[in-house]
Amino acid sequence: MPQGDSLTAAYCLHLGDDALIYAQRLGEWISRAPQIEEDMALGNIGLDLLGQARALLTRAGELDGTGRSEDDLAYFRDERDFRSVHLVEQPRGDFGFEMARLLWFATYQCELYAALVDSRDPVVSAVAAKAVKESAYHRDHAEQWVLRLGDGTDESHVRMQDSLQAVLPYLAELFDDDEVSVAAASAGVGALPSALHDAVVERVGDVVVRATLTLPHEVTWRSRGGRIGVHDQSMGHLLAEMQHIARSHPGASW
Amino acid sequence: MVTATATDVVEAVRAVPDPEVPVISIDDLGILRDVAVEGGVVRVTITPTYSGCPAMEAIRARIERVVTDHGLCAEVTTRLSPAWTTDWMSERGRDALRRFGVAPPHVRSDEPVAVGLSVRRVDCPLCGSHDTEEISRFGSTSCKALRRCLSCREPFEEFKAL
Repeated sequence: MPQGDSLTAAYCLHLGDDALIYAQRLGEWISRAPQIEEDMALGNIGLDLLGQARALLTRAGELDGTGRSEDDLAYFRDERDFRSVHLVEQPRGDFGFEMARLLWFATYQCELYAALVDSRDPVVSAVAAKAVKESAYHRDHAEQWVLRLGDGTDESHVRMQDSLQAVLPYLAELFDDDEVSVAAASAGVGALPSALHDAVVERVGDVVVRATLTLPHEVTWRSRGGRIGVHDQSMGHLLAEMQHIARSHPGASW
Repeated sequence: MVTATATDVVEAVRAVPDPEVPVISIDDLGILRDVAVEGGVVRVTITPTYSGCPAMEAIRARIERVVTDHGLCAEVTTRLSPAWTTDWMSERGRDALRRFGVAPPHVRSDEPVAVGLSVRRVDCPLCGSHDTEEISRFGSTSCKALRRCLSCREPFEEFKAL
């Protein structure tokens, strides 16, 4: 188990990779959203996440002794070295799916960053203090859409309910107490994932009820292993698109 | 004359315009946190508005150019903490935004704010009417939202309070 700086570095990769991979997925919506305002909204949310990822990956590279830059970490790591959860790598579904995913993920990030404001690592703490406001804005945006779609037409209601079901298998992983997070939490650097669970579920549950929807519980399968680099097929495709220019033209700039 | 040069370069750095909203300087926007001239080096500290603000690179480049034009060397540092807030925007900056057609951010208070449907009053920067509504919570950049005026019917951007 890493300790000290290498532990903080490993923990920064968890946070940074979640933000980076979801930023990449959100960017796919640009020109594909139902309205141009929504292209801009999802693009801007992705940009906030990318900014968080840049600071966190830079910090990871500073502390892990390898001297890697944010770009080295984003473009020149292979799939097994990414520490993101399965929720963020899932392929883009319909708009309802995205709002279900965003509601859960942004609510999770709100609780997470609120806890990390007091991190002993100055960069984690500074990123969290900024990001906690951004996540709240992202959550409110998803909330408005879930309310509108859930309490909308028969069609939008059914599809929003299906979307809540579709993201369900990927939620438990957010709250798994993996080795790095547990160690980071006891070192005063990180937050214990399981400790965030109740507040997140309560907050999302409240939105779901107001949207005249039901929070599903039944899962026959749940995702695992993102934090130790085990991903699914969609991650390879995502990385191929995200990394291919940097890898085809190493060191290129303009 | 060294003192005069130092004052000049500090003023020039303060006057660097924001690349997205060029009517407002980085000093009036509150991005510029510190400028210090030590010998031939100008140390500048800036704080991003949003985590992913893409203008930071351009701002850094402009600061470096202005400093180099004064024959000095620039050292630009990005400081994340404390996080930028629109409360750091100067009155002069708010006026400049309004004249540019962008509604300035309202001043935040520590009072609890009701979340949900927005009842904030945002005045139209074009006709001054209070009767405006939100079109989209996200605008052309992270720091802006889109609104429209129900009196003069013009759409406009609002600099979001953060």
